Amino acid sequence: MANLLEFRNVTKTYTRGYFSEAGTTALADFSMVLRDDDPTILTVAGESGSGKTTLAMLLLGFIDPTKGEILYKGKNIKNLRGEERMTFRREVQAVFQDPFAVFNPFYTVDHLLTVPIEKFKLAKSKAEARNKMDEALSSVGLRPEDILGRFPHQLSGGQRQRINVARALLLKPKVLVADEPVSKVDASLRANILESLRGLHRDHGVSIVYITHDLTTAYHVANSIVVLYKGGVMEAGGIDNVIQKPQHPYTQLLIDSIPWPDLDRRWGNDGIVVKESDISEKANTGCRFAPRCPYAKEACAVLPPLFQINPQQAASCVLHDTHPVLPPEDLTRVLPV
Amino acid sequence: MSTVLQIRDLQVSYYTDLGRATALNKVNLELKAGEKLGLVGESGSGKSTMALAMMRMIKPPGRIEDGSVVVGDVDLMQLSDEQMRLARLSRIAYIPQGAMNSLNPVMRIGAQMVDAIAAHETGMTKAEMVERSMQSLESVDLKRSVFTMYPHELSGGMKQRVCIAIGILLKPQVIIADEPTSALDVVTQRQVMETIDRVQKEIGTAVILIGHDMGLMAQFVDKVAVMYAGRLTEVSTVRDMFTNPMHPYAQALISSLPNLSNKGVFQGIAGLAPSLLRIPSGCAFHPRCPKAMDVCSAEIPAVKAYEGERLVACHLYTEGA
Repeated sequence: MANLLEFRNVTKTYTRGYFSEAGTTALADFSMVLRDDDPTILTVAGESGSGKTTLAMLLLGFIDPTKGEILYKGKNIKNLRGEERMTFRREVQAVFQDPFAVFNPFYTVDHLLTVPIEKFKLAKSKAEARNKMDEALSSVGLRPEDILGRFPHQLSGGQRQRINVARALLLKPKVLVADEPVSKVDASLRANILESLRGLHRDHGVSIVYITHDLTTAYHVANSIVVLYKGGVMEAGGIDNVIQKPQHPYTQLLIDSIPWPDLDRRWGNDGIVVKESDISEKANTGCRFAPRCPYAKEACAVLPPLFQINPQQAASCVLHDTHPVLPPEDLTRVLPV
Repeated sequence: MSTVLQIRDLQVSYYTDLGRATALNKVNLELKAGEKLGLVGESGSGKSTMALAMMRMIKPPGRIEDGSVVVGDVDLMQLSDEQMRLARLSRIAYIPQGAMNSLNPVMRIGAQMVDAIAAHETGMTKAEMVERSMQSLESVDLKRSVFTMYPHELSGGMKQRVCIAIGILLKPQVIIADEPTSALDVVTQRQVMETIDRVQKEIGTAVILIGHDMGLMAQFVDKVAVMYAGRLTEVSTVRDMFTNPMHPYAQALISSLPNLSNKGVFQGIAGLAPSLLRIPSGCAFHPRCPKAMDVCSAEIPAVKAYEGERLVACHLYTEGA
């Protein structure tokens, strides 16, 4: 099996100058594989500051890992040059969280679509380019005549986000990194955007790394999930296992906090034990979640490895230390495609 | 309980190069003291316009063309600009979308809070203002030490709670929160919403929560008002709305919600939201409505009252209660 994209023990630490000893570890010893022949939808979940966006930035090659390497088709993305680099740039696409930040306010929104067409020579004529743009826009539920020629400030956030998805569709990528693509979009349009993402996966064999804190939408689109907290993998596995029977206290807290559109399922009163303002900023060598964990005990002072609870689920928590240890390199083993 | 907010025939239009866009079309709404109302709708349905109109903060090319907004016994539309400035925050407070970015980065939190009180002729001494600010911070679960901090020292959730603390400084009768948690993750969102809930109970304010997250609505509000193309289509208690929505748009909205039992089924609402420049004739929803009749494209349905304090604007239901 060919590995399309591979993270090998990637660590990213943000330092604060030469004299400060401890930096912030945004991603710690993370490994995963996306296969060429088995496109999947992988969710990376976690709250703000958990390292989700760092993961996206690393994957896109915007920042370099502190340790470890990221391979695209077997080659370190740091060393890609010329033709290979262009291929990587076209085949690995992104939809970002903030639909306001990606537009240049001085250009009409057409700019966002025409640039990739020119850059990657997708169309031979103006008419063909226009057709491609119309097609991409319609497939995300926009009326091209309402959109083309307008300036970003004339469009709503939801419309802008769909233009971003349309741009990704246009390039027919192999890997799409979707960093919170629907967090600023209406519920009714959310379904459309997620459906077009899934169509991209199903019909065009695109692997999607879906980064989110919204486990409801994750549950509906993804095959597998990795839950991050402060840069470490808390729990990973098949989406059904993790969402329906969360094993790590952090995942349980996340799932407990989802505002379900269900009157009989209220937010619980338990769960949030320590207010985040009380947590010291000091480097913590033990379990990252221990300061907020209702089950924290002495054993949590040592960083727990991932314990494989069943073939498609692993959690990094001492509560499960009777199960076999899963080395971080083998994380992909518990992720179904 | 007494009515604290009464909106009558509120109409707002934006005058653009392409014509007049009616963002709010004869909206009527009432709110009792201590009530929590959720205002939902797609982007461009007029939710935020409604909030801004209530605050009289619509900027050109927008214009409030008609209607009244009565808070307590005062019609905000009749006030002078100076009186309106005083009414903001003391009668009606607004927590805008992404409020956490509205804090001044070069001023300490405390100074910004004291400023807000000082601008309202409360007759408080400096020490009283500081004490009130500190209490307000405590009531949103922040430490008193936050008073001397700068915004960059706080996390997103903490900044959002500072904004709520500012909103409740002068104990307004109505608080409008425009998607207060849309930029926060679920755990922080829950903390912020629980904070608003508790503070709201403490000072007995009515809250209007604007958003499109029906899940949040189910957890938080008492009543839900659904907007479509600048008009109210249905106002019901949260239980009625979720178990038995009457307006076809509300029905579509409820059935489009993801939950754990219908994995993989995405039921979006067919069609596109109409542009406010070209609102369909009659009922604005008729081109997308599965139950549309001839009368729907001809006549705008009137808002009628139904059993259980429901208001629905739809031709399907002829009998008003």
